[in-house]
Amino acid sequence: MTADIQASSAELGKARLRKEDARLVTGQTNWTDNIVLPGMLHMAFVRSPMAHARITSVDVSAARSTPGVFAAFSGPDFADEQGSMPCVWPVTEDIVMPSYPPMAVDEVRYVGDIVACVIARDRYAAADGAAAIEVDYDPLPPVLDMRQALGEGSPKVHEAGNKSYEWVLTNGDIDAAFRDAAVVVKRDYVQQRLIPCPMEPRAAVATSVADEVTLWSATQIPHVTRVLLALTAGIPEQNIRVIAPDVGGGFGSKLEFIAEEVLTVLAARKVGRPVKWAESRSESSMASHHGRDQLQRIRIAADADGRIRGLSVDLLANMGAYLKIIGPGIPLLGAFMYNAIYKMDAYSFRCTGVFTTTTPTDAYRGAGRPEATFAIERIIDELAAELNMDPLELRQRNWIPHEEFPFDTIAGLTYDSGNYEAATARAKELFGYDALRQEQTERNLDGDPVRLGIGISTYTEMCGLAPSRVLSSLSYVAGGWEHASVRVLPTGKVEVVTGTSPHGQGHETAWSQIAADALGVPFEDIRVLHGDTQVAPKGMDTYGSRSVVVGGTAVHSACENVIAKAKRISAHMLEASEQDIEFTSGRLHVRGDPEKGHAIQEIAFAAFTAHNLPDGVEPTLDAEATIDPATFSFPHGTHLCAAEVDTETGMVTIRSYVAVDDVGNVINPMIVEGQLHGGIAQGIAQALYEDGVYDDDGNLVTTTLADYLVPSAADLPSFVTDRTETPATTNPLGVKGVGEAGTIASTPAVVNAIIDALRPLGINDITMPCTPERVWRAIQDARESGGAA
Amino acid sequence: MANITVTVDGVTYTDDVEPRLLLVHYLRDRIGKTGTPIGCDTSNCGACTVHLNGESVKSCAVLAVQADGAEITTIEGMANGEWHPLQQAFHSEHALQCGYCTPGMIMAAADLLRSNPRPSDQEIREGLEGNLCRCTGYENIVRAVRRAAEAGATS
Repeated sequence: MTADIQASSAELGKARLRKEDARLVTGQTNWTDNIVLPGMLHMAFVRSPMAHARITSVDVSAARSTPGVFAAFSGPDFADEQGSMPCVWPVTEDIVMPSYPPMAVDEVRYVGDIVACVIARDRYAAADGAAAIEVDYDPLPPVLDMRQALGEGSPKVHEAGNKSYEWVLTNGDIDAAFRDAAVVVKRDYVQQRLIPCPMEPRAAVATSVADEVTLWSATQIPHVTRVLLALTAGIPEQNIRVIAPDVGGGFGSKLEFIAEEVLTVLAARKVGRPVKWAESRSESSMASHHGRDQLQRIRIAADADGRIRGLSVDLLANMGAYLKIIGPGIPLLGAFMYNAIYKMDAYSFRCTGVFTTTTPTDAYRGAGRPEATFAIERIIDELAAELNMDPLELRQRNWIPHEEFPFDTIAGLTYDSGNYEAATARAKELFGYDALRQEQTERNLDGDPVRLGIGISTYTEMCGLAPSRVLSSLSYVAGGWEHASVRVLPTGKVEVVTGTSPHGQGHETAWSQIAADALGVPFEDIRVLHGDTQVAPKGMDTYGSRSVVVGGTAVHSACENVIAKAKRISAHMLEASEQDIEFTSGRLHVRGDPEKGHAIQEIAFAAFTAHNLPDGVEPTLDAEATIDPATFSFPHGTHLCAAEVDTETGMVTIRSYVAVDDVGNVINPMIVEGQLHGGIAQGIAQALYEDGVYDDDGNLVTTTLADYLVPSAADLPSFVTDRTETPATTNPLGVKGVGEAGTIASTPAVVNAIIDALRPLGINDITMPCTPERVWRAIQDARESGGAA
Repeated sequence: MANITVTVDGVTYTDDVEPRLLLVHYLRDRIGKTGTPIGCDTSNCGACTVHLNGESVKSCAVLAVQADGAEITTIEGMANGEWHPLQQAFHSEHALQCGYCTPGMIMAAADLLRSNPRPSDQEIREGLEGNLCRCTGYENIVRAVRRAAEAGATS
């Protein structure tokens, strides 16, 4: 047996084109909605058109007699088996966690709550059946405004009241910090509701044969789903297989265990046939969880020279109608980030989770950190204005100098590494900061009706979720580890099994690079398996910019374990001591004599035949690793935005956008750059375009992509991106998370640019999204109230 | 039921269809052309873009009966032995992440290059305005279309 032996060189850091692309560019992708099984039926849901009502009757009889319809069910049909949708992050001991039936039985609490379903031969017949179902409601008052919801006498979303929890974090003497400060700035910011909008809406296919359940789902979290399905629907875990086939984006919206998955499984069990549910975009907008929706009150105290003394944050966080799996914890991920890259003496944070009769909220790209970063980066600009300082200089005066890492922050985290000076210097250079400031001054003096503004965002974030013990201290129910197994096959090819569950991130490519580098085998010889609990039985899935930091480290570690086993076999084959065996460039050989030895592929074949293995070594060359990260990951960077604001029309145009990010060492720079591009676009979208809006009756009025403005290519600028590399010291690859960084950074950069352009007019805030109308009105209001020219 | 005959990616099909059946559902559910995905229900996202008699259409906004007698090309018919220059360029420029918008994006880009073989970056952005991508921020899509144009992809 001669293996095709090649040594890899410098796999890490190489811009490898993606393995995933071949099926994606040719239309051979396996989306959940592409799945067709023999005898498969289609399910459609009837959803509540009322924000809040008591269900008085559901009549499914007309649906049952509709041609092509097999079955129709309402809440009582599932009441005994459907359980209650779980929340795995009860952030306080006294949190109010109301019952959340997958299909409403007595009461609906948002427009989109499921009240009935129809199972039919095709999606058209299912829609016909759904249209024939009659539901009578007894209306109850909607609860939409968080402040009103917490007020005396507000109608209640749930019997236990509208307050779910209050969570606090304090460190240092906050009263002293504010009492002694020369300057205090206070602002209220609105994090508008966002709809994640992955291009693939949600879908699920389920079979229930004898006692075995298989669920295909457009999910980020097949492993978590398996556990939660077992706990919720009472199906023994060993009988459940969950498969995430190709998944068309998630951005947190598919970091969810959904009522529709439970009901698809239960429906398949009831009708004894495979059942598919694939939602429309409008259905997705209403019923897939939303993100953000926080009211932020932030105060900052500083000395006259700009040194920050203290920071105080008070949040109201809209949970929507029910608690989703990690909904209550989202603001907590921000709680540790308001202090950002700055040193200060005292910090206090309080968050109140509030129920309203709206679509429930949960993770959306960044999840808590974009909100925090927006508020701190906005108020730093306000403080700079108050102190009449350059906002970049104010940041420099307060940030953690690179020589002070590792640094213990006021919020209780230890940042392992960073170099804010280097990233900022590079960004300034690419941006032409000084020249743009000069141009801005000149245009303001000339009275140019199109104002130039410069926006800065020097962010960091915590990601790489997460150390299990820290999660425990935050009352999170699960752990944050990740698993990988690596098998060198008899022919020398390699299978990498990962517990991460990619949906666009390119893990098949990046994990191949990690394994190729570690094992010294060709990139092309590696196949990465994922997203199926039967193929990859252990895993904690993909979210929170965790995959490379935790999952990539697990792949690396499993490869190290493979090499350790190979060394024992090699030593035996070479009749040498194990301590004398070296592994270099894919070969195991006696130290100092590279010629005397074997390629790892040859060792794999020897391990497969098992004819001559040392005592105590099991056949086959494979190993696994489960990694629980020691800490979070702290990428950082400096984003600079130049915006032109037309004071006559309110139109904002991004003239240039520079992002210099530091995500530590990089496995694949092409993929990293792509993650940043997409992240920046989503952050800009929050700043300028997207807004999930309810009317006074609690109807979501932005259910289509005509109303909810996901930006097109024509709406976005070209981005200039670059990197500095300050390796993480907390994992062997030196990598930091990258998936959410762009989104976290870009929103305040854009809004700071707009406010910087309009500050001479006396404007210091515009609520997002900064649409032409809002910008124009702000300018009119400023002029009417006598702001400067 | 109406009887239609359509040629899809070079194969001719004759089928009875409900008058209300959307072309995209005909392609996906009746003849198994699942390479064309569905991303919305208001013709905003463009994920379902195909060529109908040589011009790009959103197949969620066309009834199957309207395609009677037509020649349709989907993403599955773009490679001709080897990948179409746009498919190659999208791969080379990392112009896709999850890939859900990619079939529609490539079909729309092909139509754009047919009418404007050497578009400027701004013309590419405006030409693809009807196709939404949530992953890439469009930066690399623009690069890919430019690259394909330079490689002479005009059909």
